Amino acid sequence: MAVTRFCVRNYKQDLRIFPSPSAKVALAILAVLLLTLPWWAGKYLVFIACVSGVSIIGALGLSILTGMTGLISLGHAAFMGLGAYTAAILSAKAGWPMIACLPAGAVMAAFTGAVVGIPTLRLKGLYLVVTTLAFQFITQHVIYHWESLTQSDKGIKLAEPMILGLNLGTYDRFYFVILILAVVTALLTKNLAMSRTGRALVAVRDRDIAAEIIGIHLAKYKILAFVVSSFIAGLAGALYAYLIGLIAPDHFTFNQSVLYIAMIIVGGMGTVLGTILGAIFMVLLPEAINALSGPIATAYPALAPRIGGISVVVYGLVIILFLILEPQGLFGIWIRIKRYFKTWPYTY
Amino acid sequence: MGFEILLQLVVTGLAWGSVYALIALGFVLIFKATEIFNFAQPELMMLGAYLAFALITTLRLPFIAAFFAALVLMIVVAALLEMLIVRPMVGEPVLAVIMVTLGLANVIRGLTGLIWGYEELQFPKPFSSDPFVVFGAVINQAEVFTILATAVLLVVFFLFFKYSTAGLSMRATAEDTTTAFLMGINVKRVFTASWAIASVVATVAGIMLATFTYLEPIMSHAGLKALPAMILGGMDSIPGAIIGGLIIGVAENLAGFYLESYLGAGINEIAAYVIVLIVMMVRPYGLFGTKQIERV
Repeated sequence: MAVTRFCVRNYKQDLRIFPSPSAKVALAILAVLLLTLPWWAGKYLVFIACVSGVSIIGALGLSILTGMTGLISLGHAAFMGLGAYTAAILSAKAGWPMIACLPAGAVMAAFTGAVVGIPTLRLKGLYLVVTTLAFQFITQHVIYHWESLTQSDKGIKLAEPMILGLNLGTYDRFYFVILILAVVTALLTKNLAMSRTGRALVAVRDRDIAAEIIGIHLAKYKILAFVVSSFIAGLAGALYAYLIGLIAPDHFTFNQSVLYIAMIIVGGMGTVLGTILGAIFMVLLPEAINALSGPIATAYPALAPRIGGISVVVYGLVIILFLILEPQGLFGIWIRIKRYFKTWPYTY
Repeated sequence: MGFEILLQLVVTGLAWGSVYALIALGFVLIFKATEIFNFAQPELMMLGAYLAFALITTLRLPFIAAFFAALVLMIVVAALLEMLIVRPMVGEPVLAVIMVTLGLANVIRGLTGLIWGYEELQFPKPFSSDPFVVFGAVINQAEVFTILATAVLLVVFFLFFKYSTAGLSMRATAEDTTTAFLMGINVKRVFTASWAIASVVATVAGIMLATFTYLEPIMSHAGLKALPAMILGGMDSIPGAIIGGLIIGVAENLAGFYLESYLGAGINEIAAYVIVLIVMMVRPYGLFGTKQIERV
């Protein structure tokens, strides 16, 4: 069989979202597995899948801003927090249904994203990093100290998620809400990346002045990136609020922002598949560490109060080693494996 | 009455500001030499303070001996970190390098928690706890010594960068790495040296901070405030880092006292970030940073 079987031969092929027939088969299998997950997986696994789904949505939002447009943000968790708290307050205090709370959270975050985006238009690189960091800490502070609205660290309890009179309050039901939204977000992000807008964003990332010269309205696209990214973050935050049922300020801290940056880097910058892989990896990593450190803590009770230290160390070490050994991220590994099988038995 | 409180607040603010200034100085030194943004700087500060603490409590060294021993240990630690972890990342995308230093920050924080626990520890007080009384204002001795130590350190660095060969070659590398390399400067050694110096200033900051507060892993969060300090001054300016640090230290102390009744408790914790947001809107390259002219 000719090696050209995996070459792109015309534009129509290049424009397809899912390039090859085998990719379609793999996707179909994946779809079946995902759709039937609550029936064959335990409660814990479903919960992890839900968290992964929320993280995937959030990470996709960040990948539009940071991966595609090159605007590094350390305030992503703050946008998620805004979405979550908007949804929670509307749900708990105004009694809005979930179908209204989710978009409200997303719109609130998107609006703030536009407001934050405007002053940051003039900032570059690390100045932007620290400014978004400032936004993160200020939001965190407001959430913590505006007690009459957010109930500070007591947290807000949300109403049960209902759609058309159907209670989705259990993990294996809410899982489908998250699954649908995650798939839709992934498809839209992929589509955005392949559109004129997506290419404009990439041009802004690669050389913003050059992009402006060839007719890309810098301010418009930078703010667009902020708005889209924070809209998705707000949606992820609102979903997270419904998933957990009780939100507190420490769900949306600086460390969470770092975690989202880690997801898109570990996954491979600027690609949808990489972002998804990265999000899943970063959700599973602490779970795996906990699963391992749990028995250690039982075996050596003296270590128990400090065992948290070990997980933090391992977590940091994995990130460091990963980036030193595989700077392209999980996506790079994926591409290498795929190429190996595609070109088999030839090595190159 | 008003004046004494003001004086007291300003001195405390300057002491905190010196700590921020030193950490920010470490950020700037590493950034200028290697173009790497070291997010683990606050953790280096914390580690330095904990090492000094361990030397004083377990080896029963006197404060001054422990202070210098901690400096030496931290130089070794920082040099090793630079060679083993950071150097392989040279040339990788900015974000990947930032992430590595964030990972490093996690590792150091975790190890400190693992070894010394998460409780507040009382750092053995090297200075008498009797306060100075100046113009009726009561001033903590440790704070005065912190300001003095920072001033001395800054003079030493000023002389080092102005007159010593090592200092000159570091400045040359910061200016233009390639040319410095062609001129026969050992750029790798300069990179290591910049990490070593950054860890020295961080350790001094950490130990001084510990003398007038407590020792706890959360210390690194105070160190994070050196970031707004650095950005405020301009990322590539050493005087900027110092002035930015002092401004933030004083401003947050004053805000904490005078604005608390209007804006609620804890306003001092975010004052630094509010200031940096406002300054960034007016001067996007900080107060003393170079405005970059870009050509395509």
